[in-house]
Amino acid sequence: MGLFILRRLGVMVLTAICLTFIVFWLTNLYPKLEVLAKTQGNFRMSDEAVISYLGNRGYTQALPVKYGQWLGVVPGYIIEGSDGEIRSKCERNSPPTDETPTFCGIIQGNWGFSTVAKEDVADVLPTRLGNTGKLMFWVLMVMVPGALIIGVLAGMREGSRTDRSLSTVSIIATATPEYVSGVILIALFATPLFGMQYFKGTATSAMDNITFNNFFLPVMTIAIYGMGYIARMTRASMTEIMTAQYVRTARLKGVSFANIVIKHALRNALIAPFTVIMLQVPWLLNGVVIVETLFNYKGFGWELVRAASNNDIEMLLGVSVISVIVVLMTQLISDIGYVFLNPRIRIS
Amino acid sequence: MEKRSHGGPILEIDRLSISFFTRLREIPAVMNFSASLQPGEALGIVGESGCGKSTVALGIMQDLGVNGHIVGGSIKFKGREMNTMTREELRDIRGSEIAMIYQEPMASLNPAMRIGKQLMEVPMIHEGVSKAEAHARALEVVTDVKLPDPERMLNSFPHQLSGGQQQRIVIAMALMSKPSLLILDEPTTALDVTVEAAVVELVKDLGKKYGTSMLFISHNLGLVLETCDRICVMYSGEAVERGTIEGVFNKMRHPYTKALFRSIPLPGADKNARPLVTIPGNFPLPHERPNGCNFGPRCDYFEAGRCDQDHIFMEDAGIDHESRCLRHVEIDWDAPRVASVQTEKPAPGCVVLKMNNLKKYYEVAASTLFASGDLKVVKANETLTFEARESETLAIVGESGCGKSTFAKVLMGLETATSGEILLDGKSIGNIPIEKRDTKTVADVQMVFQNPFDTLNPSMTVGRQITRALEIFKIGNNDRERHSRMLKLLDLVKLPREFSGRMPRQLSGGQKQRVGIARAFAGDARIVVADEPVSALDVSVQAAVTDLLMEIQREHKTTLLFISHDLSIVRYLSDRVMVMYLGHVVEMGSTDQVFSPPYHPYTEALLSAVPIADTKVKKKHIVLEGDIPSAINPPSGCPFQTRCNWKDIAGRTRCETEVPLVRRLDNGHQIKCHLTDTDMANMEPVIQITSE
Repeated sequence: MGLFILRRLGVMVLTAICLTFIVFWLTNLYPKLEVLAKTQGNFRMSDEAVISYLGNRGYTQALPVKYGQWLGVVPGYIIEGSDGEIRSKCERNSPPTDETPTFCGIIQGNWGFSTVAKEDVADVLPTRLGNTGKLMFWVLMVMVPGALIIGVLAGMREGSRTDRSLSTVSIIATATPEYVSGVILIALFATPLFGMQYFKGTATSAMDNITFNNFFLPVMTIAIYGMGYIARMTRASMTEIMTAQYVRTARLKGVSFANIVIKHALRNALIAPFTVIMLQVPWLLNGVVIVETLFNYKGFGWELVRAASNNDIEMLLGVSVISVIVVLMTQLISDIGYVFLNPRIRIS
Repeated sequence: MEKRSHGGPILEIDRLSISFFTRLREIPAVMNFSASLQPGEALGIVGESGCGKSTVALGIMQDLGVNGHIVGGSIKFKGREMNTMTREELRDIRGSEIAMIYQEPMASLNPAMRIGKQLMEVPMIHEGVSKAEAHARALEVVTDVKLPDPERMLNSFPHQLSGGQQQRIVIAMALMSKPSLLILDEPTTALDVTVEAAVVELVKDLGKKYGTSMLFISHNLGLVLETCDRICVMYSGEAVERGTIEGVFNKMRHPYTKALFRSIPLPGADKNARPLVTIPGNFPLPHERPNGCNFGPRCDYFEAGRCDQDHIFMEDAGIDHESRCLRHVEIDWDAPRVASVQTEKPAPGCVVLKMNNLKKYYEVAASTLFASGDLKVVKANETLTFEARESETLAIVGESGCGKSTFAKVLMGLETATSGEILLDGKSIGNIPIEKRDTKTVADVQMVFQNPFDTLNPSMTVGRQITRALEIFKIGNNDRERHSRMLKLLDLVKLPREFSGRMPRQLSGGQKQRVGIARAFAGDARIVVADEPVSALDVSVQAAVTDLLMEIQREHKTTLLFISHDLSIVRYLSDRVMVMYLGHVVEMGSTDQVFSPPYHPYTEALLSAVPIADTKVKKKHIVLEGDIPSAINPPSGCPFQTRCNWKDIAGRTRCETEVPLVRRLDNGHQIKCHLTDTDMANMEPVIQITSE
């Protein structure tokens, strides 16, 4: 077991390195840097000025060197600029002092500086993650039980009227992306357009104080999409289980229908959807990006959008690292949880 | 619920008809089926797959699914009509008064629920007993079905038990609330023969102990003979003959029953002197049944204008004996069988294949998902030494896990040998994997597989699959030549030439197996490994496929390695027999030598375990205790010592510590056992045919 987790962590580190390198390369393409220089410096900079601006701040070094510096395996740059100032990476472009460390990358715990927020990445991300965490928590609380109930109800009697209507609903739900359902939900329930302005709060205020009014719509927008998908999976698994021989055994043992579903079928039927649910969590990050932007809720996704549109290199890299950790952690949890649900592969 | 006491028959089925409804048509699965079952009696229902025997069982349970409906007749259980019962009434009866035992024990136990809970559920539902009482009851029943360590059993999950143990649990579950009727639907088909014998014995004993009536559904006539009092033979949805076991087995009065008996290898049948008689034609599909007698088109006694006219009713054919045949009075049932084509036994030629101390070990990790800890060695094959000659049939017999399939894999080149060598025409091939073998060697050593349903590509026509084999073996210079060769191969396996354009799904099981055989012989194979080639097929089809194999073998002088667990068929067709147990060859010799004493104790038990459908055969009764040990953790000393009945005579300590050496008796007969010559000489034959 220990070895298994260790191997998984190894994979995680490797994936994080690959992904951040790709992000690093894309954000360090010259046109992107030029934009960066102009937004940071001033918009009417000449080409020469751009070059010297970038050169003074270490952006024109070779890509692997820069990446190494960010990682913390190559000493941070100390450059005497064309304007005569000495800038060092580890002192945020101030002259180095005696206490300045040689390495200051992510390995040393230095996540870098956000050029947009004008703050340390390490200071910005936790609050953003906290906000998204709250959102995700409520999404999962609504989505998982809802989806399982719908799936089980639909799957326990295949082809019945309940099955068909619930299946139709879940297909429609999965077929509607968040940016469509979000807009529809806002138009329906948050504007006076249809006379159903039930939800008057803004999601921005939910960052400090969550109420049903200000949080219902963003949560539902994400939940509806995932719910349809998980419900379909649960239904498929449930219908299969309901035709299994051991369910027949139970039926011919005289077990009542309700007990067949609850005691015999449910646990077996949950094995397949469990993996799907855990794989759905990284997918939710997608929805989070759209919904947070749509509802102006300052979370992880909102930050990602802001960083991407401003080429905020170190913030983007931080976001990538966190995403990799979230994705692979959920997979690890899903594998371990699977073992506990399915006694056949439980370790002796 | 109070159990009703009832004086008359437990179960009365009167002209029951069951149909399945599809979008296209109504498919009658069972027609006018009648039967009655007295308390404590066992009734066997016999027939080939598709004859409707399982449908009858599910019909009694009123569990026919969404498409199935009872369209006529009545089922009375203890005098109460079951067809009109409400859901609640049915639920009360199911599990408490009527219990069922199924074909696949693994599939019929809930994989995510502990055994104890599954057992305790029954009395808790039906009698509302407390958890503690249910637990005590479960413990008692598990002890009754002779499972070791009942406490631990109750605490385990189904996958932790072996197949035989699982079936015992299913039986225990059925007996939890002492039902008056037990329906057994092919209860032992998925089990090994020695395990089957033990389970059958158990069911018989428990039936007596609890006074349960039994409905025993099987395709195995021998098994029905051993377990039942009365028998009902079904063909294509109808009961064709009904009577007591003695009546039907000794004085059969329906041509189908007779044909069925002629197509199973009973002792005395011989591939050369007295070959099996196959039933011509195919089983009619439910919507293509002929007018009049369903068996008419395949019957030897068919009379046009009479048998194909009206519906035929059951007629009395003696005391407690009925037959659905118009001509049962006219037919001379005792007429000696028409001498069928007899063939010369071909003399075995030169040695083609030689195995020398072949060993195959596997290394497996103790746990697969969280790979850690030590590797374990599975000794799948231990020092196999034998030779096989041209046009000889060598049978390899043994139960699951004995290493017979591993041996086939090594020979085919799918695995390489750990040590020792395989010589094909004096050339060593044991260490050459199949990718590195030359085309000639690959074409020479071919295989016919067990399950014809899985071994044909479902999206390729039959002709294409055979042509593909020809292409791989580089036979024929162009497509035209290969096409004509493919048609010749279809002729060889007696399939009509137009089958070359058909898809595998349009073929029946027997026809698919013929395609498999044609493919194996595409490159004029000299050695064919037939891995249980007929065990997935119906009895009447088995005979035809076996015959075909024999015929091709005679023509092509093929060496046939016949892997099987079915000793009847082995006795019928093989020249020499090799008995394997846990990777060891425990006995080897000519068929006569192996099937008569002295035996290896395992061979003796195997012979006794095989049910024989002949009332004249008297068998010595040997039941092995326990299950086959796992090859990962084999017993010390002699591999068979944990189950051997002769251990006390041969010397306990010796059997438990020393692996016996191979003892060579006369004429190439060899046995791996510690028993002395005098003990061996005193062994009695297991199978004796009493003369009338």
